[in-house]
Amino acid sequence: MGRPAGPGVNEDGGPIFRQVATQIENAIVDGSLPEESQAPSSNELAAFHRINPATAAKGLNQLVADGVLYKRRGVGMFVAPGARDQLLKRRRSEFADQYVRPLLTEAHKLGISAAELAAMIDREEDRR
Amino acid sequence: MTATATVHDVTMRFREHTALDGVSTTIEQDTITGLLGRNGAGKTTLMQLLTGHRVPSQGRVEVFGGRPYENDDVLRRICFIKEGQRYPEQFRVRDALAAAATLFPDWDEDLAQSLMRDFDLPAKRTVKKLSRGMNSAVGIIIGLASRAPLTLFDEPYLGLDAVARQLFYDRLLADYAEHPRTIVLSTHLIEEIADLLERVILIDRGRVLLDTDAESLRDSALTVSGPSAAVQAFAGRHELLHTETLGGHSRAVVRLGPGADGEDARAAGLAWEPTKLQQLVVAMSLQTATDQSAPPSATSPRLEEVPR
Repeated sequence: MGRPAGPGVNEDGGPIFRQVATQIENAIVDGSLPEESQAPSSNELAAFHRINPATAAKGLNQLVADGVLYKRRGVGMFVAPGARDQLLKRRRSEFADQYVRPLLTEAHKLGISAAELAAMIDREEDRR
Repeated sequence: MTATATVHDVTMRFREHTALDGVSTTIEQDTITGLLGRNGAGKTTLMQLLTGHRVPSQGRVEVFGGRPYENDDVLRRICFIKEGQRYPEQFRVRDALAAAATLFPDWDEDLAQSLMRDFDLPAKRTVKKLSRGMNSAVGIIIGLASRAPLTLFDEPYLGLDAVARQLFYDRLLADYAEHPRTIVLSTHLIEEIADLLERVILIDRGRVLLDTDAESLRDSALTVSGPSAAVQAFAGRHELLHTETLGGHSRAVVRLGPGADGEDARAAGLAWEPTKLQQLVVAMSLQTATDQSAPPSATSPRLEEVPR
């Protein structure tokens, strides 16, 4: 990153508003932002990520459109009931596309069989 | 969106030099707009026209619905922090700020005081004895505390270190979020401000190359790399801006056609990453340089500084 300091957002992860939305989703999935708790405001997100407030607002609005957050007029945005389950369901359905397929592609390139791959996964799982 | 300023088919000539050539653009209300381009591209001239410091040779400039030149009604709503702005030498810092406070109707003294502490500015020191960085800080404080409905910063950070620049960005964002207004920011440190921008205007040799919202720009260009033949084939289907080749391996900056994205590059067997704003600006500026028949260095004199 060219700027002097600060947390920022991942430069290579698609549009910034999408990254802002993903980070809030992550917080909901890992439980640090529980259902019915208040999400950060667009100004807070803008200041933290050092991005334009309009971009931050776009990320929040996307989550409202997805039903992950809901608005309380004059108060702010809150995590919708059932948001965590909804996100888990979506991420599970995307898991094969995002992780398993690229893994198999690389494994084939290197001549690693599916059985060897499964053995590797077992070994890694034991190590955790 | 409403426009704070519109520039309609504006040409600006200085003797034989054309600083702006048929420029049309709008500055949208309550956005942070980045005005980008090389030295001598015409950025400062455009800002001078927007702030009534000059009258266009041809065309029309309107700010807040009126022409800015000698128009007090418009000018009191504008704050222009010029590159390397000098304040009267015998003034102390506090005198410079007090003078600014009388000029701008929306001046916020509390903000000015808190920025003075942030930037560690000695209130009683005379302007003559300020370092370059301190002088720049005075400009930044005036620009922010003016809360002017249209505030323009032209390369505001001569001599400012990375910490002070970060302070400027953070305070700008925080105050803009609380008090939305139209900000125009011209700088060469593009990567530092890329994420702060909502709009981007890129000018080169007096013409507008890009005039768009920052978010869509981010998705509009890719840097792809891989075997030269594959890179060339991919670039041929889009708009090639810049390419470099080593051995049989090429890297290219490509503006994507409508509906295309990184998946198309991956499908073509290429590695890809989003092109950063700075790389895009460089690639586009270099492209126009090679498009011109005349040698670039000979035709880009910095005549913007010619006095009237």
